[in-house]
Formats: sequence, structure tokens, C-alpha cells
Amino acid sequence: MAIIEIKNLTYTYPGASKPSIDDVSIKIEKGEFVLITGPSGCGKTTLCRTFNGLVPHFYQGELKGEISVAGIDTLQHHTYEMAKHVGLVFQNPENQLFALSIEKDVAFGLENNGVPREEMRRKVDWALNQTGIYDLRERSPHEISGGQQQRVAIASVLAMQPEIIVLDEPTSFLDPLSAEKIFEVIYRLNKEQGITVVLVEHRLDLTAKYTDHLIVMDKGRVRFEGDPRQILNSEETRLMGVGIPKATLLFQMLKKNRFNLAEEIPLSSEELANQLLEALSPK
Amino acid sequence: MSVFDGLRFRKVYSPIHNLDPRVKFVYVIAIFVAAIIFSNIITLLVLFFMQIPFVLLARVQKQWVRSLRGAAFLATFIFIVNVATTYFTSNYSLTGVNVENAVTLTLRFVVLVESFSVFFLTTSPDHLGLALEQSKVPYEFAFAFTTAVRFVPVLAEEAQTIMDAQKARGLELEKGNLLKRIRNYVPVLIPLIVSAIRRSLELAEAMESRAWGATKRRSNLYALELHKGDFGLLSITAGILAASVYVHFFVTIPTIMQLL
Amino acid sequence: MIEAENIRYSYANKVEALKGVSITIQDGEFVAIMGQNGAGKSTLVKHFNGLLKPTKGIVRVNGAETTKSSVASLSRYVGFVFQNPDHQLFSETVEEEIGFGLKNFGFRTEIIEERVTWALNLLSLTEYRKTSPFLLSGGERKRVALASVLAWDPQTLILDEPTIGQDHEQKEKLRQFILQLQTQKKTVVTVTHDVEFVAECNPRVVLMKEGKIVADGEGKKILTDPALLEISSIVLPQIAQVFARLSSLGLPKDIIDLYEAKDILLKTRERSQV
Repeated sequence: MAIIEIKNLTYTYPGASKPSIDDVSIKIEKGEFVLITGPSGCGKTTLCRTFNGLVPHFYQGELKGEISVAGIDTLQHHTYEMAKHVGLVFQNPENQLFALSIEKDVAFGLENNGVPREEMRRKVDWALNQTGIYDLRERSPHEISGGQQQRVAIASVLAMQPEIIVLDEPTSFLDPLSAEKIFEVIYRLNKEQGITVVLVEHRLDLTAKYTDHLIVMDKGRVRFEGDPRQILNSEETRLMGVGIPKATLLFQMLKKNRFNLAEEIPLSSEELANQLLEALSPK
Repeated sequence: MSVFDGLRFRKVYSPIHNLDPRVKFVYVIAIFVAAIIFSNIITLLVLFFMQIPFVLLARVQKQWVRSLRGAAFLATFIFIVNVATTYFTSNYSLTGVNVENAVTLTLRFVVLVESFSVFFLTTSPDHLGLALEQSKVPYEFAFAFTTAVRFVPVLAEEAQTIMDAQKARGLELEKGNLLKRIRNYVPVLIPLIVSAIRRSLELAEAMESRAWGATKRRSNLYALELHKGDFGLLSITAGILAASVYVHFFVTIPTIMQLL
Repeated sequence: MIEAENIRYSYANKVEALKGVSITIQDGEFVAIMGQNGAGKSTLVKHFNGLLKPTKGIVRVNGAETTKSSVASLSRYVGFVFQNPDHQLFSETVEEEIGFGLKNFGFRTEIIEERVTWALNLLSLTEYRKTSPFLLSGGERKRVALASVLAWDPQTLILDEPTIGQDHEQKEKLRQFILQLQTQKKTVVTVTHDVEFVAECNPRVVLMKEGKIVADGEGKKILTDPALLEISSIVLPQIAQVFARLSSLGLPKDIIDLYEAKDILLKTRERSQV
């Protein structure tokens, strides 16, 4: 069974005239690294919040359809129950950290669940090590950089050892170098720990290469879903306002000029460079 | 205001800083009780000077003196009001006893400020938050406290940014009469409040997503344990309370008037 | 014209944020100030409208020293759009919000009316004239903040991290907008770490590190200099990354523009087929 299964989901915020999510159906398998993108206002942020029950429990509003996450019907369970299975990392690093020391923040979820101290200590240390911030554990959140804060946010979600981690534009406020570090951490968690990752992002030039399951949303609906190479190569996607990686755009332009490049559509600079070396190196 | 200066924490580590805040708080309450029991200048002076070794051990003399300076204003006010009230209500007469009573009241106030000041000067917000968490206080309050402390510097920075942003649109905060100046702060207050509300919403989302409310019996990563020093302070506290009771009932301390 | 002569700036907590910075920005230039967080970018641009005054050295705007002028008077010529629009929005309607600066600067009511209409139009906000700014979306609020600064038509526009949180289309519109301002000979200074955005605009780039300017010049040269990349933690734009891996083909390394890249590669193909 899929680890996340959504059927005909439609959700309207209280007081809104239009639904934010309109008849959306999605299936995500265990261990996948899924990328969700789309222009501002397309519903991807709202969709993230359905995975752990913030929608509809926290936001109220009208929800129709079925959601099953880690085998649990989110409509019938509290958000705090979902927290053990799905971790949610938000956009703004500052507003996710509320304790006075990093390790206390990472322990927050475990404390809420009444986990005994020795077990908590082990899980906190493990999460700190996985995200590379063990040395920062006694600092206060105000003293560290935005990139480090986001890693704390990831660690604090990781400490509860969820099967799924959902990240809603986690690098919006970060510079490209810090952003890359975050993506590397997430990618490693996916590959080494088998954690299912759902990442919402605009910066496809940095992230498209990590996924083989891309979902493009627009105006509350899923417009495209599947292989990122096919989707990002299409004119329709570009016209929708999705930021196609420049390497892919260059590839398309060269192909139009009948450049003799391999068929596989590149998503990163390495892939395109390799194709170009093949095509242009003296035989 | 310098009274608040004395109440802010400084990152100086001393044996006093490492004492359990709960024990320190019990000590402060004991001083409070003792100060209330006694209406005698000499005993109050003893209570006052008894705190000084703690201040010196904790190396917070400068801030402590500053808090006293701030309290001095309020203390003088209390003294004057007391003397004036007595003067006017006893047919414009003022006896030595009256003055001594006024001094006693003022001294009591000073002892209270002084002991609370030492408490806050030697207890970090983290430590205090932890003590709150491990006491009988409901977790929501301890959480509200630590979160507030955590975000104070953030809000302060934001207030500065908002002022800068509005100044860059021609807002002049220094000009005009009092009324105009108050009105000029509206473009600073509203964004600050709106931002605080937005921030709380995001915090609430993060809290919910990390299992807030999962159980009533929360555990804690840290544990506050009592050490030798804490037991030492507890004994001193017990001693003070015992001595106070004894002196109050069995020893007559002369008033200044009687000595003169 | 904005001039800074060897300025130093220390914050109240004694941290020195600017350690001898000199820069001249002529009218009509488009400059991107880049560098890591903490490099001093925001500190530097806050000197251009007098929000900060240098601890040592002189800053001159149109010949006048900033220490001798108020922020309000300098802002008349140097408009500063802050990163977070919610730090500025407070009015009941978008109309009032846009008129706020104009009122502060003492414009007459009829002129204010004119300029507000103009600004609403410029940023496609006319339909929201009577709407509360708090009811608008994030992108719309950003446009309101921008409109409220453009309304009084400053010669120079400072944009602090304008691309954060924006999707591709919004960034593209911003880029077009900056080009439009350029045709009107306006000076645009943007503080940003968005390398791809800068690669698309190709402005003059000023790179900062730890309170000093380490590079000042053509965007494509600076963003593709490996030595600079190393010390200032910026990343290569994606097109440049491709060319960095093609050095064995003898191709130039300072390519950041998509179309230039295409042309060079097509030429290279012709040569290799010969």
C-alpha cells in the first residue's frame, strides 16, 4: 500500500470563496523522494498541511475526500498522533524554534510524548548527528545562522523517527550554499534511512535532480505528475510559470538547432556537461 | 529604567548561579517573610546586610547596585508619602517614632527589592524556565515564559527594522508635540502587532506538528537535581526562619528611638 | 550619485560590520550587492539613505554628506524597499498605504491622488485600490510595498532581497520591471544572494566579505571567478557550471547567459564538424 494516498481531495479554508485544493488524487510510495512545485497560490502549501492533519484540524474549513498517511486516516486522528509518522518542516526557520537551547528544541516532540530521558537523549543525539549540528547543541537558536536553524528544525522532526518528512519551501530564506546543504541532508536521509521525503520547492535547478516523481500543481489541481525529465521538457510546463532549470532550457535550445545530443533530458549542469562532452569531443 | 537592569540576567558563572532556582526562590520567600515579621530597623538592617556575601560571591555587584539606585527613587517616594500622611493626619505633628516607622517601611521595601534582584541576577532564563517546568506550575505557563524570553531579542530587532522601514518613507518619529508623536508610532505598532500575530500562528503550527498535547505527562531532557550547595542554602534558609521566629517571640530589639 | 569614502561602521555591541568600504554609484546604474549573510551588505546600503551613519569616513548622496541630513530628506532621493513588506503595511486601504510616503514628504493632495493612481497602474494594483493590504497575498503585498516607495519617484531605488519567496514568474516580472526603471535612467541597487537572478540581469556586481568589498565589476566575470567563489561562498550560476566542466573543449568560463551559451555551443559544433 502507498504510504500516502489521497483520493479526490477538495479543501476550502473557512471564509474562502474557492477551494485551495480541488479534486486532487495522489499516491506516494514508501521511500520515494517526491518534489511538488507550481506557481504561488497553486495549493502546494495547503497540500503539505493535509499530510499531518493541520488541515483540517488546525485550520477548520471544509474538506471532502479521503486521506491516508502511513496507514492512518488523518481525518479521524489528532495532529499529535500524526506527528509520530509525519514530520513537517516549514519555511521560516526562526518561527519553528522555541526552546532556549538547540537540543531542548530537538527534544520537544519527544518530551511531548513523554519519552523517558535516556531514550530521549539517544534519539536527540542521533538526530543532531544526522543533520551535522551536534556541536551546536547547547547554543541558543538566536545565535546560529538561518541554514543551521533549518537543520535544527529538521533534526527536531527527525528525532521522533517519522516514516515521512514533508518540507514546505525550507530554503526560501536561505542563500544558495546553505540551501544546497539542506538538500544534501534531506537526500541522505532519504537514501540512507529510507525516509519518504515530500519536498515543496521553486528552485528546481537545485532540486530536480534528486527526484523521479515530480508533481506540478496549478490553481488547486494537479496538472502534471510523473517523470521530471518529461514534465520539465514540455512547453506547457514552462508557460505555466514553473522555473525550468537552465541546463534543461539550454538542452532544448540546442536540440531545436539539431544539436546531436543524447535523448535523455538533463536536469543538472553535470548531466548536460557530460552530454556536451560526448557530442563535441574530437573523435 | 535601572530597576529592571538589576533584574536582567548576566552570563557570569558563579556558585550562586549554579544553585537550583527553586531553592533560591524558597530562600527569597524566607527573607520576604522575615522582612514582614519584623518592624524593627535593626533587624531589617541585618537582613539587608546578610545578602551582601551572596552578591559578592555571585560577582554581580555592579548590576545589583544599579537596581538599588533605581529602587531608591521609589523608596524615597514611599518614605515621603508615609511621613506626609502621618503628619497631616495627626494634626500636623511628627514624632520620632513616626519617622522611625516610615524608615522601617521603606527599609522593608528595599530588602524585598534587593533579594528579588539577587535572585534574578543569578538565575538565567533557561534555568528559570527549567525550574518552572519541573515545579507544579502547569506546563503551558512555563512554555509561555521560555518562549517569551526566546523571542524578546527577535521582537526587539523587528521593532528596529520596522522603525527603519517607516523612517525610510519619511516618517519622523522625533518631531512634533506629544500627541503627534504618539500618532506617529501607529505605523510602527501596527506592523509589529500584525507580525507578532503571524509569528504566533507559525509557532502554533510548528508546535502542533511536533506532537503538542500528546500526553499530559511530559518528560524533560534536562533534570534539575539538588546538589551540596542547594542543601547548604536550604539549611541557611531554615536557620533564618528559625532565628526570625525565635527573635520575634523571645527577644526584644530596641527601636532607634529607645536607643536615643 | 552615491559616494562612500573608506567608511567604517561598528554596531553598538562593538562588532565592526564595515571595515573600510569605498564605492561610487552613478545615476542610472544597476548594481547588485552580493555576499554571505553577515558580510555587511545590508549595513552598507543602509548608509545610502542615512539610516546608518558611518563611524569613520564620509557618505555623500548627490554631494551632500549624510551625517548632515535626516533620513526623511535623504529618502526623498533614495527609496528603500525592505525585504519583508509586512514591516511597512499598516493602512486601511492600499490607496492610503501608497500615499503614506507622499504625505510625509508634504506633497499636495491633488498630486498625491495623481501619483497614487500612477503607482497603482504601474504595478497592476488598480483593482485593489480600496482593499485592505492585509487581505492580499504575499506577492501582492510585496507589490504594494514597492508601489508605496515608487510613488514619490525617488532617483534611486534600493531593493533588499527582492526575490525571496517569489516564484519564477514573479521574479521574471521583477526583472522586467528593473529593466523598465533602467530605461527611465533610475538607479537600482539590489542586495541579493540569488545568483540565478543576477545571472539573468547581468548588472554591476559588488561582492562583499566580512565587511570589505572583495570585488567590484562585471557580473559575468565576478560570478565565474573560482577564487572569489571560494572565499565568498556564492555558487556558480547553472550555465557557468556547465561551462566549468567543458574546459577540456577550450571553451570560455565566464558564460552566465543562456543565449550566449547557445551561440557559443553552436559555433563550437560548427568548428568540430569541419
